[in-house]
Amino acid sequence: MTRKLMKGNDAIAEAAIRGGCRFFAGYPITPQSEILEYLSWRMPEVGGVFIQTESEISGISMVYGAAATGARAFTSSSGPGFSLMQEGISYIASAELPCVIVDVQRYGSGLADIFTGQGDYWQAVKNGGHGDYRCLVYAPNSVQETVDLTVSAFDKAEEYRNPVLILTDASIAQMMEPVEFPALKDHNQDALPWAMNGKGDGQNKRHTSIMYYNLDYDNYLKNKYDKIIEKEQQWEEIKTEDAELVLVAYGISSRICAEVVEMARKEGLMVGLIRPITLYPFPVKAFEKLEKVKYFASVEMSCLSQMIEDVVMAARCRPTYPIRGGMKVYEAEEILSAVKDIFAGNAKEVY
Amino acid sequence: MKKRRSKILYVDHKFCPGCGHGIVNRLVAEVLEEMNEDKGAICAVAVGCSSLMPDTYGVDIVQSQHGRAAAVAVGIKRCRPDNMVFSYQGDGDALAIGFSETMYAAIRNENITVILINNNNFGMTGGQMSPTTLENQRTTTSPYGRDVSLTGKPLDVMKLMGTLDVAYLARGTLTDIKEITKTKKYIRKAFEAQKNKAGYSLVEILSPCPTNWGMTPLNACKHINQVVQSVYPLGEYQGGGK
Amino acid sequence: MEKLIIHRESCKGCQYCIVNCPKEALTMTGPINIAGYMTTEVDADKCITCGICYNVCPDYVYEILEEEAKA
Repeated sequence: MTRKLMKGNDAIAEAAIRGGCRFFAGYPITPQSEILEYLSWRMPEVGGVFIQTESEISGISMVYGAAATGARAFTSSSGPGFSLMQEGISYIASAELPCVIVDVQRYGSGLADIFTGQGDYWQAVKNGGHGDYRCLVYAPNSVQETVDLTVSAFDKAEEYRNPVLILTDASIAQMMEPVEFPALKDHNQDALPWAMNGKGDGQNKRHTSIMYYNLDYDNYLKNKYDKIIEKEQQWEEIKTEDAELVLVAYGISSRICAEVVEMARKEGLMVGLIRPITLYPFPVKAFEKLEKVKYFASVEMSCLSQMIEDVVMAARCRPTYPIRGGMKVYEAEEILSAVKDIFAGNAKEVY
Repeated sequence: MKKRRSKILYVDHKFCPGCGHGIVNRLVAEVLEEMNEDKGAICAVAVGCSSLMPDTYGVDIVQSQHGRAAAVAVGIKRCRPDNMVFSYQGDGDALAIGFSETMYAAIRNENITVILINNNNFGMTGGQMSPTTLENQRTTTSPYGRDVSLTGKPLDVMKLMGTLDVAYLARGTLTDIKEITKTKKYIRKAFEAQKNKAGYSLVEILSPCPTNWGMTPLNACKHINQVVQSVYPLGEYQGGGK
Repeated sequence: MEKLIIHRESCKGCQYCIVNCPKEALTMTGPINIAGYMTTEVDADKCITCGICYNVCPDYVYEILEEEAKA
């Protein structure tokens, strides 16, 4: 397999095809539209379905219907459009159907703006929709990792019969990097016992909230997500073994933080990095062995530091500091200066 | 003439006395069986009184979000093009919250069938005003009667879709044996359009809602004949032929 | 020989069958069912098993079956 220079969004779209996805329904929104554009020609090429919908609400609804038939179904959006999908995601999770959704984060609330941001953490990781459910959330930090996680997202969605989110950002989605793709995967929707194809000679199937039929629903659901928490945590750690301060960052922020670790070490500051690859489940296991660490810092492009709550919990309430970004991608020097403030006792803890 | 209960109606439904849903449930079941399409049929069911159906209706059923049944049906049909796929919705679901999904399925001439029960109100939630509530009709949210100067006029989906290039549009009712027979014929034609891959078909059915209209079932049928039909005329609107 | 079967447990007493019966063979004189609804009775001498009651009933109370098969 040859390497190819490719834009993050195009790579996501191709990765979905490679992962066996043959159904896409979605709506244009910057900085996600390339996914739509790519699939508009690529889906027909592989005999799949591409629908440009009238809204993200309709898009996620079509994904719901497609998923019910066992198809590997996919949609994508960004901030405002992702908000519109929340009702559907809750229904899909409630009916225990698989699907993959990409949220290419932009910055700010409301209309916000189209440049990169990490402000959808709460919505993606803590549930944007109603009721008890969680989505497995992947946070790639390179184009290659976006591809790998997108392919695996379809398998995981089916394994757990649960929506899987790819939480990327405008930087990763718009940058070009060399990528390798796995071979095209075939997906047989009829091999799935729950896939709808009419009742045939048997009992009819129903896809609705499983709480109507599962008499032990509360325990069932808790056990389901406990299993995901136990089995699915993924992270990358850089120089954490002797670190006194551990930065925690995902997506584009984590790439700058890796640089900061190198710069800090050169100055004798014992800094490490935990990069969550899964945001749900949050990689608490990565924190368990870090007994010597004195400080944690959550580095994210969100003026309210959304991820820091999870960091505080994973760090079991050891001193945790927000290093807030916002309107632009961090400069490594800014983060380094904040790190020095923490070591010097000049920074304010989050709580 | 032998009449045996359809296998799709495998357990008694939970609709109110005199409710038209029971009849439409049966008509759709019979049409699917007569066309030999019952075993492959998949229904996207709406939220509202129709969301009682997953417990009682023996075809594959997806419980859609409120208003999104047509979009869910499209997702199903595009992945199962050889199966009969239909949405089953009320007027509140399809024409208020789901207006956009309903219209765009028609605008794209998607090859699905929409069964739309029009009972002039939101039945499941206790009889609130819906887009099809008649002028001056009292509901729990229009206690002095629907004031069209504030709410706009009752929505006629046949007129609305009449400008679109869809395969089949018809409006029937259930007020007596003659109308029920005609309505069944409309439903059959709608599914045949889908089978022939002609595109979008919708049958709107004026249905009595005795509970929320505060009428006996027989008076509710009279009300449809004397009042409702004058606002929503019956017949085939598109694709009916001679 | 065909016969009208009345599943009274499903009846909700709407009377659509009564007003649509061409032979006035149905009356609201059946026993009250377990749900508390008045139910119908058929005058077998008047009934021509035309199936109209089956067709108008929202609650699937009626079936028309061969007499042997009624079980």
